[in-house]
Amino acid sequence: MAETQIPPDLLYTKDHEWAQVDDNVVSVGITEYAQDALGEVVYVELPEEGQKVTQNEPFGVVESVKAVSDLFAPVSGTVVEVNDVLMEQPGNVNDDPYGDGWLIRIEMDSEKELTALMNAGDYEKLTKK
Amino acid sequence: MTPLHKSPRGEVLKHTDSFSKRHIGPNDRDVREMLKALGFSSLEDLVRATIPAGIRVKKPLNLPEAMSEYAVLGEMKAMSLQNKLYRNYIGMGYNPCVTPPVIQRNILENPGWYTQYTPYQSEISQGRLEALLNFQTMIIDLTGMEIANASMLDEGTAAAEAMTMAYNIKFHGKHGEGRFFVSQECHPQTVAIVQTRAAAYGIEVVVGDHEKFDFSVGNLFGALLQYPASDGALYDYSGFIEKVHGGGGLAVVAADILSLCVLKSPGEFGADVVVGNTQRFGVPVGYGGPHAAYFATKDEFKRHMPGRLVGVSVDADGKPALRLALQTREQHIRRAKATSNICTAQVLLGVMASMYAVYHGPEGLRAISERVHGLATLLAEGLSRLGFKIKYKSFFDTLAVEVGSAALPEIWNRAQSQRMNFRTLDEKTLGISVDETTSVGDVIDILEVFSPGRSTTQEILDLGSQGSERVAFEKTFVRVSEYLKHPVFNSHHSETKMLRYMNMLQRKDLSLTTSMIPLGSCTMKLNATAEMVPVTWNHFGQIHPFAPLEQAEGYKILTSKLESALAEITGFDAISLQPNAGSQGEYAGLLVIKKYHESRGQGHRKVCLIPNSAHGTNPASAAMAGMQIISVETESNGNISVEDLRKKAEQYKNDLSALMITYPSTHGVFEESIVEICEIVHRAGGQVYMDGANMNAQVGLCRPGDFGPDVCHLNLHKTFCIPHGGGGPGMGPIGVKQHLAAFLPSHPVISMGGKTPIGPVSAAPWGSASILPISLVYILMMGTEGLTKATQVAILNANYIAKRLDSAYPVLYKGREGMVAHECIIDLRPLKAASGIDVEDVAKRLMDYGFHAPTVSFPVPGTMMIEPTESESLDELDRFCEAMLSIRAEIEDVAAGRADREAVESVICFCPPAVDFR
Repeated sequence: MAETQIPPDLLYTKDHEWAQVDDNVVSVGITEYAQDALGEVVYVELPEEGQKVTQNEPFGVVESVKAVSDLFAPVSGTVVEVNDVLMEQPGNVNDDPYGDGWLIRIEMDSEKELTALMNAGDYEKLTKK
Repeated sequence: MTPLHKSPRGEVLKHTDSFSKRHIGPNDRDVREMLKALGFSSLEDLVRATIPAGIRVKKPLNLPEAMSEYAVLGEMKAMSLQNKLYRNYIGMGYNPCVTPPVIQRNILENPGWYTQYTPYQSEISQGRLEALLNFQTMIIDLTGMEIANASMLDEGTAAAEAMTMAYNIKFHGKHGEGRFFVSQECHPQTVAIVQTRAAAYGIEVVVGDHEKFDFSVGNLFGALLQYPASDGALYDYSGFIEKVHGGGGLAVVAADILSLCVLKSPGEFGADVVVGNTQRFGVPVGYGGPHAAYFATKDEFKRHMPGRLVGVSVDADGKPALRLALQTREQHIRRAKATSNICTAQVLLGVMASMYAVYHGPEGLRAISERVHGLATLLAEGLSRLGFKIKYKSFFDTLAVEVGSAALPEIWNRAQSQRMNFRTLDEKTLGISVDETTSVGDVIDILEVFSPGRSTTQEILDLGSQGSERVAFEKTFVRVSEYLKHPVFNSHHSETKMLRYMNMLQRKDLSLTTSMIPLGSCTMKLNATAEMVPVTWNHFGQIHPFAPLEQAEGYKILTSKLESALAEITGFDAISLQPNAGSQGEYAGLLVIKKYHESRGQGHRKVCLIPNSAHGTNPASAAMAGMQIISVETESNGNISVEDLRKKAEQYKNDLSALMITYPSTHGVFEESIVEICEIVHRAGGQVYMDGANMNAQVGLCRPGDFGPDVCHLNLHKTFCIPHGGGGPGMGPIGVKQHLAAFLPSHPVISMGGKTPIGPVSAAPWGSASILPISLVYILMMGTEGLTKATQVAILNANYIAKRLDSAYPVLYKGREGMVAHECIIDLRPLKAASGIDVEDVAKRLMDYGFHAPTVSFPVPGTMMIEPTESESLDELDRFCEAMLSIRAEIEDVAAGRADREAVESVICFCPPAVDFR
């Protein structure tokens, strides 16, 4: 299997979500490692815009043919955008986890929470354990 | 004097046949040959090498001596005649009906239908998938909803599932503060089941009058209404439902299926979920079951819907084909996140109900429905003329008759003496439900009971010929929408066409009538004809579950004999026959444990330890019982990690409620450490729940009640010969130790169960009572010796297969002496690495050889679990092994490059040829 991709410019959670910070808005998805472990994703349950999420708490659910897993918020804040395309094309999570497979964007409450996330190097170590 | 049976003459006079020889596949010569191949000299030697010494029984089971088929059927007949056949006007969700004989003989009494397994293998299940699709279509049409599943266990549990669905939709699968309204007009058993379920879930239930409900309190996430109401009243619920929606809640309507042929559908007045029973579509009441309940909802909620769902897909050639759909909703994938634990449902009964609709068609159903309503109207007019007040102006088939408290006992007693059962609604009101079997003569008889001596015959006959309206209820309830327009419901109305349609479907499917179905953990053993015969006797089939107990003496003998036999077999002190499926048994057993802790002031004990190899139903049941699930690790040899268990038991010793463990393990091995495992849990203050799915490896050889577990469920549809029916019926009774007996399930209508019970878990007091004769007949015909030998041969057969296949497909887990229990797991992952051919390709290829595939990828992905059962002969085992070895050679050709994977794909990966759906 090819080396799993871990983009250096993103932050990561121990639960295999990635976070891309753009001013105070954080885009969230699951990593390539996570999508590979889950297998074919068939359904994603996401929050609605305006809903509050809390760091390390579940904000949604991803269902694959093998398992159903919670999605954990990398930061606390308010959901400002939801990737509705996934309702029809959940496979985007497998095909392009860092691009079209993004899940939600969160307007974060506090930048301080970012310090709890991992950089690419640390996340890579986690996936090799 | 020599006792007769010990004299030479006595030998000759003994019955010549023995059922155990018919039930057990290999004969004595085969058994010797197989033992030799495995290196044993006797079955006892084999057992000694397989089952840990510490848990083996010290003495044989104490059961009645085996009887012949003929003798047992005689005894069962006598037992059935102890039940008294009354005309039942009780209603409450169970109504007498006519089972069309063509359906009775060709579905209910036909092993081609009742011995099928759940339709996971679409290629050999298109027949029953079509019948189930018809069921779903029928439900969608009649309820006015957008989607329906392929049956539920009963109406009460379907209503409870609707409540938890509404809860999870409202709170996005998390816990929230919410109330659920239940109309007091619902059937009492439904109310009680919903309350039991809600208590475990932490939901507040408000039972009351929907017309007086105070919406201002808020927090209402859903409401349950009965349509028509349990006492017969018709209410226009549209205003109430609007208010429920206004508060963001969902409206659940429990509806009578026959009434929907003439009444406006719940979908048309705003229901979000509709549930109910399809029993009166041609399925005998059978003292409470089995029948298929239904569950219909809106398309937007389909991912939250419980149960199995048949969907239309396309096959490899692009033609329409059927398969089970949206399976990621189900407990085996969602595990602890599951919101329902239902697996086995009521497929056979769902098929019967759908065939009833196919047979009658929309016009026939409407005519039956109008006639039943017409008889109720006639009765109402007759009673009014006699001076009795009919409580409600609009009704379908059930009348609430106000007779006054003085007259009520007299009328009741006269009815009893005329062998009629009414329902007592309160001290001055009687309930009377008429049905498809009721005649004008019956109406005259009922009137005679109300007013003896005053002949109303001529008056009634005159009344019956008057009037121009087809229905007598208010206009707002009249159904104008059409239903069952699909050609399948409009084509098979002659018996010849009906017969051929059912046979055409049956021919597409594989059942035990053609070959073995070696599904691991499913125990697809013989369902003998003699076991099935009593099921369709009237004296078992036509008893109402809420008839006075003295009319059900035969059932009382049946249940008490079966309970004591099961208690002896399991070593437990008390048995509850109420749980309707294995999943229900798990849920009931965990509630019993919960209640036990509460009774000792230990209600905070909520941690449930579950090995991560457990079937997904275990964590799903624990979640439903409101427990917190903690996984226990499994070692590389498949055994539960005693070290990890010890660690977790210590860590949670203050909160430990239970351990759920399957024995022999889901890996098909008798774990040596089982006694120690139970001790660890007990020392930490927990109780041990044993999943009895694998009981077929224990009967007569070891007893869970002796080696540690406090509760276990038994799948009567596995170990005790109730057929699988293509995915139900099932029965999942539980056995408990004495200290838990007080908490066994009860019933709100019939007095039964423990002294401080958990409440009811099923709609009927004894679950699916009418199929209990199957298990009792099996036990009576086998006796201790036969049952014990059956288990020994089940273990022998599994080990024989393991041995024959081991060199081609390594057996993944073995016990201490290299033995498996009653099933074995073979590992196909190395083959996939070498050839690219995976376990599913092999499963499909097996179908070319005429076999149903074994269980695939449970409990370990990339493996097959094979359970031959004792009923398969040596010939059949050899035929299966040879098929597997032949497939192995085909794979070898690919791996070695002798055959091109692409070319071989056409043989292995595109098989079997698709069956045409239409």
